Amino acid sequence: MNGVHDLGGMDGFGSVEVEANEPVVHDASERIVFGLVSALSGQRVTNVHAFRHAIERMDPAHYLRSPYYEHWLTALATLLVEKGLVTPAEIEARAGGGVPLSQPVRTDTVVLSASSAAEPRFAVGSAVVVRNLHPLGHTRCPRYVRGKRGVVTRADGQFRLPDVAAHADERCKQHAYNVRFAARELWGDAADGAAAVYVDLWESYLEAP
Amino acid sequence: MSDHDDDHHHPAPLSPVEVRARALEELLKEKGLIQEGFIDAVVSAYENDIGPMNGARVVARAWVDPAYKARLLADGTAAIAELGFGGPEGEHLVVVEDTPTVHNVVVCTLCSCYPWPVLGLPPNWYKSPPYRARMVREPRTLLREMGLDLPESVEIRVWDSSAEVRYMVLPARPAGTEGKSEAELAALVTRDAMIGTARL
Repeated sequence: MNGVHDLGGMDGFGSVEVEANEPVVHDASERIVFGLVSALSGQRVTNVHAFRHAIERMDPAHYLRSPYYEHWLTALATLLVEKGLVTPAEIEARAGGGVPLSQPVRTDTVVLSASSAAEPRFAVGSAVVVRNLHPLGHTRCPRYVRGKRGVVTRADGQFRLPDVAAHADERCKQHAYNVRFAARELWGDAADGAAAVYVDLWESYLEAP
Repeated sequence: MSDHDDDHHHPAPLSPVEVRARALEELLKEKGLIQEGFIDAVVSAYENDIGPMNGARVVARAWVDPAYKARLLADGTAAIAELGFGGPEGEHLVVVEDTPTVHNVVVCTLCSCYPWPVLGLPPNWYKSPPYRARMVREPRTLLREMGLDLPESVEIRVWDSSAEVRYMVLPARPAGTEGKSEAELAALVTRDAMIGTARL
């Protein structure tokens, strides 16, 4: 989905605020949320792809104004409710009020569903162009590279395709590659000089130019 | 915050997020989905044992042992496992090397992917919208704002960890460290140098 989480290249966020001597966790809520997510991702409650998509489905304004672990908390509560393991009423009774949940999944069909062939389609040095896909579900193809031309720098082997794994149990594996994009290809004349961005992309995000 | 002196013996009210987190924790314990003690065990591992001191050991080893460095750059996961490091978010590690003319920096524009076994959990700024939005688009400007002013002649390589690989930067060994032991060298290596927002 073209969500607010897909931040690469956006303007207007200001400077990066660095906290000196930042602790690993700041408070009890961060401890609890990190611990709960760690516990439940090892079980059948969720996988990392469905979990990421549950974060992406947060109300955009809530996403931007809430701290990081609130994203995790919202996604976890959403998935537990969607899997029928808890009800919103049960959480709200204990929390003493409303608990924000992410928006529903908008699609149960996935655009890219084919496992790739055993042999990778592209080799190191291959010129590729990123397909102009805009799925309503989960994807790990950032918007800022869609339609852009790059060159493969690594072939990393086959991995579960997130676009499928976030929505279905079927095992769909595809080759993933690292692709180098010249900054000028991505950002035109406004690019910082002498820079390139390297992005890891699954095979069906790519095509030959 | 309260203005009333007679309130000061009461504990501070929990934040709404903490109330929700505790509510979910209680519910999941009741339903048997989480074991007593698990949360403290997993968090304390990242507070005490899994952090940038691990990555610093990898870097120092690469500085003193050219054969190790070659293995590290060829297969980061395997070479890092030689030092005993691996685990969640470290299944596929790639190490990218800084040189006098190339500077590497790591970001995750889509979420917060980060090489946990060698760097621990990411700092808040790494997960924040300004860092994620800007590092791919204006790395030179953003690095300068963060205190790293690179000459125009240095090529910047930005690594967006958008799939299963997690990246760590191998910083260049500082000049004047020839006589130092591996442990002394490891003490020089910072988290930010292994993310790429600083040089040593």
